[in-house]
Amino acid sequence: MPFEVSDLSADVDAAAGEYADKEYLWTLNFGPQHPATHTTLRLILTLDGEKVVKAVPDIGYLHSGFEKLAEDLDYNQYVTIVDRMNYLSPLANEIAWHHAVEKLLGIEITPRCKYVRTIIAELMRLHDHLLNTGTSALDLGAFTAFLYFFQQRELIYDISECASGQRFHSSYTRVGGVLFDVTNEWVEKVRSFCRGFRAVHTEVDGLLTRNRIFIDRTKGVGVLSKEDAINFSCTGPVARASGVVRDLRKDEPYLAYPDLDFKVICTTGGDCYARYLVRMHEMLESIKLIEQAVENIPSGPINVDPEGKAVLPNKSNVYQSIEGLIHHFEVIMPNRGFATPTESIYAATESPNGELGFYITADSSSKPYRARCRPPSYIHFAVFPHIIPGHMLSDVVAVLGSLNIIAAELDR
Amino acid sequence: MAVGLPENVFMTTVNAAASWCRKNSLWPMPFATACCGIELMATASSRYDLARFGAEVMRFSPRQCDLMIVAGRVVMKMMPVLQRIWLQMPEPKWCISMGACACSGGVFDTYAVVQGVDRFIPVDMYVPGCPPRPEQLIQAIMDLQNKIQQTGTLNGTEFDTRTQPTGPQPFDREEMWRIEDAALQSKVGGFGV
Amino acid sequence: MTEIQHSAVLLLSEQFGFDASAWSRNRDNVRVRVDSERVFEVLKCLKTLGGFDMLVDITGVDELEYPNATDRFRVVYCLLNTSTGERLIVLTYVNDPQPTLPSAYPLWKGADWMEREVFDMFGITFTGHPDLRRILMPEEFTEYPLRKDYPLRGRGERHNFPVITRAES
Repeated sequence: MPFEVSDLSADVDAAAGEYADKEYLWTLNFGPQHPATHTTLRLILTLDGEKVVKAVPDIGYLHSGFEKLAEDLDYNQYVTIVDRMNYLSPLANEIAWHHAVEKLLGIEITPRCKYVRTIIAELMRLHDHLLNTGTSALDLGAFTAFLYFFQQRELIYDISECASGQRFHSSYTRVGGVLFDVTNEWVEKVRSFCRGFRAVHTEVDGLLTRNRIFIDRTKGVGVLSKEDAINFSCTGPVARASGVVRDLRKDEPYLAYPDLDFKVICTTGGDCYARYLVRMHEMLESIKLIEQAVENIPSGPINVDPEGKAVLPNKSNVYQSIEGLIHHFEVIMPNRGFATPTESIYAATESPNGELGFYITADSSSKPYRARCRPPSYIHFAVFPHIIPGHMLSDVVAVLGSLNIIAAELDR
Repeated sequence: MAVGLPENVFMTTVNAAASWCRKNSLWPMPFATACCGIELMATASSRYDLARFGAEVMRFSPRQCDLMIVAGRVVMKMMPVLQRIWLQMPEPKWCISMGACACSGGVFDTYAVVQGVDRFIPVDMYVPGCPPRPEQLIQAIMDLQNKIQQTGTLNGTEFDTRTQPTGPQPFDREEMWRIEDAALQSKVGGFGV
Repeated sequence: MTEIQHSAVLLLSEQFGFDASAWSRNRDNVRVRVDSERVFEVLKCLKTLGGFDMLVDITGVDELEYPNATDRFRVVYCLLNTSTGERLIVLTYVNDPQPTLPSAYPLWKGADWMEREVFDMFGITFTGHPDLRRILMPEEFTEYPLRKDYPLRGRGERHNFPVITRAES
């Protein structure tokens, strides 16, 4: 059973069957290797001149079996895999995963850990929105915004490198805490990032928000009504741009969000421009959140009490005392670890892209029996074939960019 | 041997000169599938600036490129696409396999992920890391430039043995004549009429 | 067992006569177990009368090796009421051979791709779905990868390609 590039003609025939009497329609294969998709997805577009009549997405070009892999790794190891799920905001996935695991095990994390995770989650929201806004402007011909924003991303990389040692896929969180406690240097880096960010944001805002070409390319394009947004299960910026006032940070508060002051950004336009505006304003709210949180990090331990057998003991303890070493092995060794209930749980956090939930089924062993991820990209991309008909071919790029489709999260 | 050369003249072999031109004008084709693609973007953008090494002209059409950077894991459904794109690239061409997933499957030892693209297409340079830092990718491109400098020939004789058709098909002269004849008959003008 | 406080408890007991045994809870997750024949009616009732206007997720669990399992597949519907923020998880069980469920597409358009994924990964068919094809795996693929009897590393499908060597291209 050797695999072939799936036969385009079959899809073309299917499209032609529907439009058999309309010979003027033609079919365009878009992807899977196309600069504007940024990732690997394929669209089969039926076009009337330049107007899109029908779009059939074909995905799975990056399906790598994340959920099957979860059944082979334990709760701490799997964090390295969820990192690679939405690679624009890796740490947000870790936080979502361990949020679900901690809910399953009934662990209440320490206040310090809550604040650190909140700061990281908001940095990751910036991380995602910076690249998404930058590239969607890049696709519409504005290169400068991309470079300005990428420079800010590099600073966030530095912060994440300072905390964990890896700039991209940090694997920073652990069950009941994080890998290392944060240092003063890290706090200073976050502060200096916050100081510089607003200027760059204003600059890009000036470049794009009232730019005539940008507005013409995005306003009224890819309109998603509020009813459709709910019916299609949209969450996050895509839903908020359509007027669905829903943000898990407010509705089901977790981490340190109840203590902090921020607004949920909503508009009612529902088009690409509205989604752009929501992302731009969310960045400012995120910066506000980070500034509040970083000045109020409580002192105290960052991990929950290691006697609970859930978190790894301190490394210096492991290397210098036999009790610490035994404790370490007790947690690490297969079939030891911490006890899990034979239960299932669904827990979600507000990731930059929308509601990122995990449905974990545990079977009292050290590995999840099944770990389902609710990927926002996958659900948002299902909307695409419904909102694109009637648009021009060049609008496909604008809509794809504003929905923020990440292939690794789309296909998992 | 005392040969007096005037200033600003130096001698080299033609092969070395051709290779020098080639190595400093690499056109990468970013086959970016996953996380490494973002680091590839980082390599090309402000801080790391790949343009310093003459390899910043990213072209997404395989016909225009001579360096394929496979960045990210390649899965079962993507492998035929990768092979097709590799065959479409004209000679001489090179391939960098960027990141642990492209080199060996990395952490994804699952049913869908190809355990290393070098099983199915030739690879010149492996970049480890998950994902590699931009500096590592730049180092790989510099190493590849060394390799090109040392192995390249002017006429590309090392490619003579290649059996698979690569690049665009040769120009069909008869087809051209047919077009010209048709144009003459319909009196709408043609090539050089 | 403590009384479950949820708006759907009363609704479903009035409409379908569900008693306390159908309900369970784990932390803030409230779950109701429904027969696979009645799942569409229950979902319809929850959407139209209960106000659960968003289908957050549909997923499956293969319970082949699960402790004390009686059925093969569990299918999970996560529902959300966007105006009150209330969540409800509807569980239903189907069995081999030919695990089949009615499609929720007539109720929520978002169910389209979620059901296709469950079909792709577990082989559960959804009757009434407009376009039930494989979505993530290639069309030629014959197995259902997330079933527990399918090995993690597959059965050699991932290395079934022609090899291009340097001598060729």
